[in-house]
Amino acid sequence: MLNAVPLPAVLTLAAALFCIGLFGALSRRNLIGVLMGVELMLNAVNINLIAFWRYFEPRYITGQTFAIFIIAVAAAEAAVGLAMVIAVYRHYVSVNADEVDRLRG
Amino acid sequence: MEVVVQIVFGLIALLILVAATMVVTVRNVIHSALWLITCFFGVGALYLLLEAEFLAVVQVLVYVGAVSVLILFAIMLTRQISGEGERQLNSRWPVVLAIAALLFATVMAPTLINQQWNVPPAPPLGTPEPLAGPAELGRGFVNEFLIQFQVVGVLLTVALIGAIVIAFEERARRRKVLTLAEELELKRLRARETEATTPEPVEAEPVVRETRPASER
Repeated sequence: MLNAVPLPAVLTLAAALFCIGLFGALSRRNLIGVLMGVELMLNAVNINLIAFWRYFEPRYITGQTFAIFIIAVAAAEAAVGLAMVIAVYRHYVSVNADEVDRLRG
Repeated sequence: MEVVVQIVFGLIALLILVAATMVVTVRNVIHSALWLITCFFGVGALYLLLEAEFLAVVQVLVYVGAVSVLILFAIMLTRQISGEGERQLNSRWPVVLAIAALLFATVMAPTLINQQWNVPPAPPLGTPEPLAGPAELGRGFVNEFLIQFQVVGVLLTVALIGAIVIAFEERARRRKVLTLAEELELKRLRARETEATTPEPVEAEPVVRETRPASER
C-alpha cells in the first residue's frame, strides 16, 4: 500500500469526498439529506486521519484513536440531529430546511 | 503486487465517489440513504486497505449498523406522501456547486499534490512493519487516553438522553394518526383550498401526523 499508492492520492480522495459532502449539506432541501452530507464530510476527515497514521507513524496509535473518537462523536451527532429533525417535523409537518425559518429577520 | 493494490484502490475510490455523488443528487431520500450505506462500506474497505482493521470493523458496526439505520428510521418517521418526487436541491445549488468545486480544484487538490510530504520510507518488502493494532489501542484507552475515553462515554450518555428528550412527545399532546383515506381526503381538501385562495399561505389547518411507512406504497 505504501509503495503502490502515494499519500496525496488518498488525501485527494478524502478532499473530493469532503467537497461532495459539503455540496450535499449546503444544497439539499431535506433536513435528513443535510445530515447525510455532514456524515460524508466526517468520513472524509476520518480517511485523512487514517492515511496520515498509516504513512507517517504506523507504530503509534494516536491516529486511530482520534478516528475512533470522531466516529463516536459523529454517532452522537447523528442521534441528536435526527431527534431534532423529528421534532422539527412534528412542529412544522415538513422536513424542508427552507421552511424552518422562524428566526429569519 | 503493486499494480493489484493500485487497481483495488482505484476501484474503492470510484465506489466511494460514485456513491457519495449519488447520495447528494438522487431524488428519493431512501435511495440516498442506501447509497450512503454503500459509501460507508467503501470507506470501510479503504480502511482495510490502509491496514486499520479495527477501524474497518468499527466503521461497519457504527456507520453501517447504527447511523444508517437511524437515518432510515428518521426518513420513515418523517416522510410525507406529498413530498414524493419533489425537487431535492434548493434554489442555491449552482452557487454551492461552484463553491465546492472551486474549493476542491483551486485550494485542496493543488495544495495536497504540490506539498512535499516527506513520508518516511517504507521498509523493504518481506520485513514486517510494526503496526499498532487493537491490542495497542485497548492499552491506550486505559492509559494515556483514559480521560478522553471517559469524556466520550459521558458525551454518548448525554446524547442518548438529549435525543430522547428532544424527540419525546407527551401523550396529551400527541395528535391523532389518520388513516390513509382520511389523509387523502384532507389533502384533496387542502388542494381545493389553495386553488380557491391562491397565494395565501395555508397554515390554519390543524397539524397532522403521518406515521405509516408501510401503507404508503
